[in-house]
Amino acid sequence: MSERKLFAHELEARLDELLLLSLRQRSAAEPAALLEALPREMQERVLHWAGVAAQTSDDLGWLIASLAAEHAAGLDTQLDDWVRAGLDAYDRSGLAATRRTLTEFAAGHKIRSQQSHDGVAFAEIERRLSRFLHALDGRPLKLVSGPRAWTDSETLWLPQRLDVAPDTQGNRRLYKAMAVLLWAQTRFGSFNVDPEPELELWPDRDKALAWFAVFEAMRLEACIAGELPGLAQEIASLRGPWPPQLAAAAERLAHAEATAADSLAAMAELRKLGAGETPTLPHIGAMDPVAARRVRAARITRETAVVRRALKVLAAVATKTGAADNPDYSPLAAEGDLQVSDPQADLLALPPAAREAAKSLMQDLGEIPPEALHAAGPGAWQAVAGADEPVTASVTTQPDAFYDEWDYRRAAWRHGWCHLYEMEGPAGDQEWVDEVRTRHAHLIRSIRRRFESLRGEDKPQRRQFDGEEIDLDAQVEARADRKSGSEPSPRLFIHRRRVERSLAVMFMVDMSGSTKGWVNDAERESLVLLCEAIEALGDSYAIYGFSGWTRTHCDIYRIKCFGDRYDAGTRSRIAGIEARDYTRMGVAVRHLCGLLHKQNTRHKLLVTLSDGRPDDYGDEYRGRYGIEDTRRALLEAREKGIRSYCVTIDRHGADYLPQLYGPAHYSVIDDAKKLPQKIAEIYRKLTG
Amino acid sequence: MTASRSSGQQDARADVRADVRALATPLVRSASEPYYHAIGDELEVFAAAAGSCLPVMLKGPTGCGKTRFVEHMAWRLKRPLVTVACHDDLTTADLVGRYLIVGDETVWMDGPLTAAVRAGAICYLDEIVEARKDTTVVIHPLTDSRRALPVEKRGEYIEAPPDFMLVISYNPGYQSVLKEMKPSTRQRFVALDFDYPEAAVEARIVAHEGRVDEVTAQKLVKLGNLTRKLKGAGLDEGAGTRLLVHAAQLIAKGMAPLTACTAAIARPLADEADTRDALDDLIRAVF
Repeated sequence: MSERKLFAHELEARLDELLLLSLRQRSAAEPAALLEALPREMQERVLHWAGVAAQTSDDLGWLIASLAAEHAAGLDTQLDDWVRAGLDAYDRSGLAATRRTLTEFAAGHKIRSQQSHDGVAFAEIERRLSRFLHALDGRPLKLVSGPRAWTDSETLWLPQRLDVAPDTQGNRRLYKAMAVLLWAQTRFGSFNVDPEPELELWPDRDKALAWFAVFEAMRLEACIAGELPGLAQEIASLRGPWPPQLAAAAERLAHAEATAADSLAAMAELRKLGAGETPTLPHIGAMDPVAARRVRAARITRETAVVRRALKVLAAVATKTGAADNPDYSPLAAEGDLQVSDPQADLLALPPAAREAAKSLMQDLGEIPPEALHAAGPGAWQAVAGADEPVTASVTTQPDAFYDEWDYRRAAWRHGWCHLYEMEGPAGDQEWVDEVRTRHAHLIRSIRRRFESLRGEDKPQRRQFDGEEIDLDAQVEARADRKSGSEPSPRLFIHRRRVERSLAVMFMVDMSGSTKGWVNDAERESLVLLCEAIEALGDSYAIYGFSGWTRTHCDIYRIKCFGDRYDAGTRSRIAGIEARDYTRMGVAVRHLCGLLHKQNTRHKLLVTLSDGRPDDYGDEYRGRYGIEDTRRALLEAREKGIRSYCVTIDRHGADYLPQLYGPAHYSVIDDAKKLPQKIAEIYRKLTG
Repeated sequence: MTASRSSGQQDARADVRADVRALATPLVRSASEPYYHAIGDELEVFAAAAGSCLPVMLKGPTGCGKTRFVEHMAWRLKRPLVTVACHDDLTTADLVGRYLIVGDETVWMDGPLTAAVRAGAICYLDEIVEARKDTTVVIHPLTDSRRALPVEKRGEYIEAPPDFMLVISYNPGYQSVLKEMKPSTRQRFVALDFDYPEAAVEARIVAHEGRVDEVTAQKLVKLGNLTRKLKGAGLDEGAGTRLLVHAAQLIAKGMAPLTACTAAIARPLADEADTRDALDDLIRAVF
């Protein structure tokens, strides 16, 4: 195979073919000229991705091709990630966002590649830092990367990357010190005083804020030293000694009773003396007291409301439980005016959410504000946030769930791609079920008999070394052996071992349009027979149908949930299974495995009844894409401990099945009419 | 010759019987007072329940002193203690007893529960939810007004003496649906909630048990409290008092606090890299 580079005219032709450019009056000459300079391997990758993107949309393909031509050389090994980020953005927010994302990614990469290897990226350290701060603070703090380090008292912004210290270890430590000092600003009340009067006296506000940050850092370091000496030492060694002219201030601010007001006093002093250059200390972030105080005020209002509502509930409860007779309670509760001398003690009585709020208030203000200790007016005690509460889904408007889908061409997820609706299966003709049961009465009887013998029971295991009971047969034998002079066996006990079937089975029934006719009848008849058989066994089972029409309409029909009984309602829903639209299988597998996974059984089994390969409207899901996505979904299921099995009626030889389910995990039935006869036997083999 | 053989047989039988006795459930009586620091009114509640012949359930996170509390109460009430650590293959026979074969005959051996009932001891079933569901049912007749243990295999119905007491423990922190206690079982018990003690008290406990100075103990407790805040955010449970005591014991043996805490606290708690690093950071921050 020739490894020579493609020339511009060849590239232009390939791109034109992939993107149908001539139809759209566009010319690939410019990107082709840029791509000519790249090595062959790179050229092929760009063409590949342009082709992948073009399958989603021609415009996207063009965008990827033209931008890749510009950036490919710089991106090098990151090209794949770059394209995936772009495709992801396209799925989420369209073409304009894709262009933005791709350009930002390339720019970010350029900056990163210029940096040394000793730098530490925010992403590398984020989780570790957030755990650390969570432990220190007790509430989860939001960590975000931003252009500078600062905090608004709820979110900590840290730089995207640190490359100040000579080695990785040092940069990590710097991140930690920076984050801890920002956390300490909130924890030790840097925003409890209003710095504006002092700041206004300075000609340069930025400089004033920088000085405020330095003085606060001195004070906070001392506060940290009180609680976490190891951490303070680390920070001290990182910054080195304070400049000599500041040493006095540092000592004063290190006093245990120093507050932010003392920092402001130190600033005033400095202002009178004439401030020099602000010392540059990499671990000290910026301060924005205006933003921080605004966020803090909002939080205090919110949490005060929570505490007050909770106290109101307490007051109401206290009045109800005969508080009038109780001299300790009545005067406080009756007036709805809980002036508690020891708020800490009273906080223990609050519900957890309110206790958290109260703790948070203590942190912000150092005490519970007296207004919070007055019970609130009428209303629920919980703040009416509503945002976090799950929206009750209605079938017509809001999907019940969103699922990711695997795109093998990108080797990446399409996030929230499939919109899933779950609904009750339509009721069908109950008489049909009765007719099936009569027609197959003989078969049903024999299936039940065979299955009943499989029922899990206490199976005594004979001839054990140890057990609850004595095995008399073994004992008699042992005695005979001893009398005859041969060595008796020491296995003299019966151990009763409960052989639990502990099995949950999910039947996933294909309701695609192609099942219309015989296949659908065969599916329904098989389900009736299966239910009869499994009822005899006592396994836990559920039946769901699936169908759909593009990724935005993936439907799941409940025929029988795990908790449902095999009653008239279930039977009529089985009768109501009908051929509908298409088979987007991956999302159905993911959803049903989610349900199956919640079952409290040792073994979990997903059985698919289907008539062919995964398929959906449009060309995308048909063919390899659908198979790869389904395969991925089945692999996820296996990771959850769910085994899957497929029963297929596919006249065209199901060559894709071994790839999906693995060898020996599927049966192909060539004639739909045979399915009802075979299904029970398949199930018995599968679970016996 | 016959006589000598039969006497030899009898000797062998006596030996085996001695073995069976040796295998029988030990009834533990502690000679000295097991150290326990009361946090609330648990001593009084337990003593009152013991006086009224009521069974007790201890709830609380791992390593907060449930087992030590029972040992202490057994000593206080001057009753022997039988402890059974429950596991998922614990059968009824393991609790009640079984027949053993000795020579040509069968010998009944009491299980720990039966032994405790006969002796009027405190029977402590630790982590009861771990036991099989059907096993927990045998304690039912002991926990209501009958206060008796039917031993089916012997056709025996043992009425519990007033000194017998059943204590179970369980950890409500496990989220697993499989580890839930049936209401029919839980509603038979007087329940005591256990939690980690307040910092000052816990420091005293760690200092006493771990034989370290007050300052080190305080630091350990501070570390413990920091890890407890991570419950649900990387950790299933924070460090219990027991882990803190372990770390203290290592320190008392002359180990550097950082090494001791890493080995006794950070490593047992977390496997995942980020959480482990965060714990290391916490240890360094405290010491």
